[in-house]
Amino acid sequence: MENSVTCVASPYPSIQLILSRSQRLIFSIALDAASGARSHRGTPGDQRYDLLTARAWLELAAQAERGLVDFITIGDSHRVMPAPPGGSENVVDQWAARLDAIMIACRIAPVTRSVGIVPMASTALTEPFLLSVQIATLDYITRGRGGWELDVCTVPGDGVGAGSRPAPSPEALHREAADHVEVVRRLWDSWDDDAEIRDAATNRFIDRERIHHVDFDGATFSVKGPSITPRPPQGQPIIVAAVNSNATEALALATADVVILTAADERELGDRVTAMRAAASEADRPAENIRILADVDVAFGPDHRRVLRDTGHGTATSALLLTGPPSAAADRLVGWAQTGVDGFRLRPVAIPGDLSVIVGPLSAELQRRGVLRDAYDQTTLRGMLGLSHPPSRYATA
Amino acid sequence: VTAPPAKQIHLAAHFPGVNNTTVWSDPQAGSHIDFASFERLARTAERARFDFLFLAEGLRMREHAGRLHELDVAGRPDGLAVLAGLASVTDRLGLMATITTTYHEPYELARQLASLDHLSGGRAGWNLVTSSDPFTGANFRRGPYLPYEKRYERAEQFIAAANAMWDSWAAPDDGPGATTGRPRCDDHRDLSAINGCRRPGAFAFSGTQVQIAGEFTVPGPPQGHPVMFQAGDSDAGREFAARHADGIFSRHGQLDDGLRFYADVKRRLAGYGRRPEDLVIMPGATFVIGDTDAEALELAAEVRRRQVSGPHATMFIEQLWNRDLSAYDPDGPLPDIDPDVDSDARAEGSAQARTLQREAIETAARWRRRAEVGNLSIRELVIEMTARQSFVGSPETIAATLNAYVQADACDGFILIPHITPGGLDRFADEVVPRLQERGVFRSEYEASTLREHLGLSCSAERAICPI
Repeated sequence: MENSVTCVASPYPSIQLILSRSQRLIFSIALDAASGARSHRGTPGDQRYDLLTARAWLELAAQAERGLVDFITIGDSHRVMPAPPGGSENVVDQWAARLDAIMIACRIAPVTRSVGIVPMASTALTEPFLLSVQIATLDYITRGRGGWELDVCTVPGDGVGAGSRPAPSPEALHREAADHVEVVRRLWDSWDDDAEIRDAATNRFIDRERIHHVDFDGATFSVKGPSITPRPPQGQPIIVAAVNSNATEALALATADVVILTAADERELGDRVTAMRAAASEADRPAENIRILADVDVAFGPDHRRVLRDTGHGTATSALLLTGPPSAAADRLVGWAQTGVDGFRLRPVAIPGDLSVIVGPLSAELQRRGVLRDAYDQTTLRGMLGLSHPPSRYATA
Repeated sequence: VTAPPAKQIHLAAHFPGVNNTTVWSDPQAGSHIDFASFERLARTAERARFDFLFLAEGLRMREHAGRLHELDVAGRPDGLAVLAGLASVTDRLGLMATITTTYHEPYELARQLASLDHLSGGRAGWNLVTSSDPFTGANFRRGPYLPYEKRYERAEQFIAAANAMWDSWAAPDDGPGATTGRPRCDDHRDLSAINGCRRPGAFAFSGTQVQIAGEFTVPGPPQGHPVMFQAGDSDAGREFAARHADGIFSRHGQLDDGLRFYADVKRRLAGYGRRPEDLVIMPGATFVIGDTDAEALELAAEVRRRQVSGPHATMFIEQLWNRDLSAYDPDGPLPDIDPDVDSDARAEGSAQARTLQREAIETAARWRRRAEVGNLSIRELVIEMTARQSFVGSPETIAATLNAYVQADACDGFILIPHITPGGLDRFADEVVPRLQERGVFRSEYEASTLREHLGLSCSAERAICPI
């Protein structure tokens, strides 16, 4: 630990936190669950990266941990899209197939030791009760490294959503997403941390006074609770929201621990971070419990222009782009951090090529600049992000 | 003349449940929620070459008289999430979770099960149950919506929808799984071709309970369809199992009862063009092992006393009496007042309670007579009345009895329910399994890699072809 006073009760705990955080940045790696040619680029027939197998995901998770990043996100989508060219003739390579992100997260969880794992799941498709229990379970399997990336807008087909309803409007989706997240958070709090008492004297396994109905009654649904799963190790697993519209921004500010911005260049990034901080403060979110990251597409390969074109980069929603030798790339990240952003989610455009540069040379350059840890020194994702263990909103003690 | 080869026994390990079978007060009892406990039981089951690990499901905390039930183990993680984790720490063991088709949605469930099947190399299974109680529905967006008599209608359509998704990457001529008659798109880069051909993953199902259409991103699971067990016991449930299920988690663990159930269900298979070996029947079974039969009997009595504490006994008879009986000493005689049959059920979420109420007054009278004859206290009566362990004895006795049941066609194997988490299967694995192996009725090494193969099932009831 760089800070030698962490065990001493300081009268200024938040200042100490800010000082230590000002040096390090938060880093995340976005892994996308889609199979297809993209995953084989540069290494034709390399079965290590067949994303429909556990083996590929174990390899990717191991690489992310080698890179000492705070967390990985596992993307998801409910469309079957054509894969970029370059794959085999096999139908699974021609079309971007993918597995469920939560199942992937739980599959890799027992063999990782330190990295946070944040799968994407849709608020429109999932039952809040089941989703809360699955993410809590991920948090148990990882012993406190679990999270959830919100997907608000997915409506793949009529009736595929929870409750077999017709697809709602985008406005309704956002309203319902807010209710969904509220229910999930309440359910995570519905057991006090010490609800399991195993009291032999009274034959009681739990203390019912420490377990609470959540009694959510919203515009479109209600949930009684409590959860069937005791409070997860982090109390509240980390909720991540990537912001791609005003509606998502409002939702993210209201509910997320980690908000991920998209900005095309440094100036836009600065503007957006400033605006986001102001909005957060207006929304009663103090700076010490929200983290703002920016998405960065990472393309180190010599053919990165063609890769980016194939993968849709250069559209209106494009993110910061990181190319060039790792030392220059590290300088650019440190420069972008001057905007006040807390860190970056790195999206390797090609796997394994760009990913291995991120977790190898780029990580080393970032460590040299003092913005990336030299070793994992926290056991939970909240700990890595500098977020405290929140008390349950229902706890009586 | 050589004797026909002995039937092979199938064994599964049930993670100890959220009920009073599980003894949490034992010094050996560990966490019921930490992943390490699940890993420990799974590793023991795999070391013993079991067919699969089995997880139960409960989607609402049990309540008694409007308050949370405190006496038993409570709280559990999500079944499929735990199984995905267990796929990382096991290689061959099948992984089965109980799922209600009433409160899960077909798309999410089919996608997660198919994903688990890929991520475990073909070891995924599910135990389909149905429910209709509004008590559980209060935790879900849809709320209580399904009348009791419609629960199998929804289950049927749930399965049909799941099958359409699991088969949605199959070529049109692959058999019954194909979702439309249109040819599959070959040139995927021409998006205008969407209307002229079927993209992989496109699916649609429309019924009275389930109407869905969309794209399924998961290509055909390694097992074709994950193995499906079923647990319903009504006539409709048995018919449903005979038509759709690969196996039954049965409650008929006694010999006579098991023989009748086995014959009844296997007879029904022919009506759906299925052979007797296309469905395995595995009752849940508890066990207590001692060095000798006498020691096992003593241990079993002690386990029963731990399972039925004084407060447990009071709660149990409150379910029948439907009254607050906390004023009665559990070590004293039964209440002399009659059950209240007019108010709502005291024990929400308990099927046992609902059954009990139907004939409450006659039952109470019968219990009182029995207590008087045997001079039993409330607690002693409850210990005698409620299920005792299925198999009690030395390792040799238990191995011989299990084998006798299977060879007599009372079942095809057992889903074993230890009463201690997570070490409760250790002695069975170390001392009973070798005796079954010596008899040549249980595998010494895994011969296959998928759950479907472990169970000797060639392909699913729904699919004419097998993918492997």
